[in-house]
Amino acid sequence: MNWSIIQQALPLFAHAFGLTIWLSLIGIIGSIIVGIIASLTQYFKIPVISQIMTAYVELARNTPLLIQLFFLYYAFPVIGIKMSAEVCGIIGLIFLGGAYMAEGFTGGFNGISTSQINSGKALGMSRFQLARYVVFPQGFALSLPALTANIIFLIKETSIFSVIAIPELTNTALDLIGMYYRSNEYLLMLVIAYAIILIPVILLLTWLERRVRYGAFGN
Amino acid sequence: MTEEILKVEHLDKFYDDRQVLHDINFSLKKGEVLTLLGPSGSGKSTLLRTLNGLEDYKNGAIYFHGKKINPSPKEWQMLRQKIGMVFQSYDLFPNLTVIENVLLAPVKVQKRNENEVKEEAIKLLKQVRLDQYLNAYPRELSGGQKQRVAIVRALAMKPEVMLLDEITASLDPEMVRGIEEIVERLSKRDHMTMIIVTHQMNFASRIADEVLFLENGHILEDTPGKDFFDHPQTQRTKEFLDSMDY
Repeated sequence: MNWSIIQQALPLFAHAFGLTIWLSLIGIIGSIIVGIIASLTQYFKIPVISQIMTAYVELARNTPLLIQLFFLYYAFPVIGIKMSAEVCGIIGLIFLGGAYMAEGFTGGFNGISTSQINSGKALGMSRFQLARYVVFPQGFALSLPALTANIIFLIKETSIFSVIAIPELTNTALDLIGMYYRSNEYLLMLVIAYAIILIPVILLLTWLERRVRYGAFGN
Repeated sequence: MTEEILKVEHLDKFYDDRQVLHDINFSLKKGEVLTLLGPSGSGKSTLLRTLNGLEDYKNGAIYFHGKKINPSPKEWQMLRQKIGMVFQSYDLFPNLTVIENVLLAPVKVQKRNENEVKEEAIKLLKQVRLDQYLNAYPRELSGGQKQRVAIVRALAMKPEVMLLDEITASLDPEMVRGIEEIVERLSKRDHMTMIIVTHQMNFASRIADEVLFLENGHILEDTPGKDFFDHPQTQRTKEFLDSMDY
């Protein structure tokens, strides 16, 4: 192991590290928003929109992110839609993540008992108020384990961005290996970088899961 | 005491092809307590839920203050703010504290001033001896306490009619007495108009102005409360009362 190689590569990895976090963050926030919208429209069976959302969820979940990225990056320009690699990456991640998040939220929302819904209805709540005050807060607590798994999955999926030349962690490591033929050093850096991102995220989400289950807003 | 609040005419209800309510007719006057009695599966709770729009109906009509209810979600949503309902299983929101459970609908649904509602809510909670539990979560309360919160939650909406669906069925005898006292006070002191489903015959005999006895979705008897218990009209009603050790 040559430590000076690691030292020299640190600035490049630091940049890739920041970019990976940034892309993951936008992708996760976007996925959660899309997931909530998709699952609530399905939960309340809003005509047409819920069917469109079901089709979207199935399409997104049953095609690999790699193919989705190729489609966005190489096929869209053919029909005149050109986007930077980063934008394609974020759209791809939200497209895929939104479907997984929707499934996670749907599982949580379906776990709410009918009697809770009737209780809200009996208090004169509208559909929106039911969603806002009954379905979402309770469903969120129930879907948190699935959301945690999805968040970790999406962060790891950013490694696929390397195929469209986004200089995130995996792309940077592969580039450096290709240039200097020092795979041990760069792969070690790659593993450590992902661990630095993922371990705090896992700890934070595990704490949140416990708090939701047993804490102030748990069942 | 004579103004008619609720009236049901020729109501039929089906689950798929199975008819569960047959030609239900009755009316309810302001301040009156109507008790629905009958064996399990006779349609009492279904009728009560139908009166709150939680179940749809095929034929017939329901009138509120003489106006025929258009059974649309929007109209039921408005009516439910005037027709409060309390369930057997309490159904408090587990993620909210006692005071949050009580304030939610008056503040968010009825858009009333939070401070005023809170003042009223605390007064109501004091009456049911729960003012020390404002910040407790439902899981920290006993069954009887939860049911008292559920009653206060419905009352905080200032309903004109209360529908009580077997609200003591999940409670032990000591707690049953506490809840019955609250309901009797609501009737005698506040003249609250109520429809009550119960299997507690002593309670029903004390509180009922009118009794509807149902079996297999049919009304077998519709008589004033005292007459029902003292002089049941049908053999089936006599058998029912005997089986309940009344």
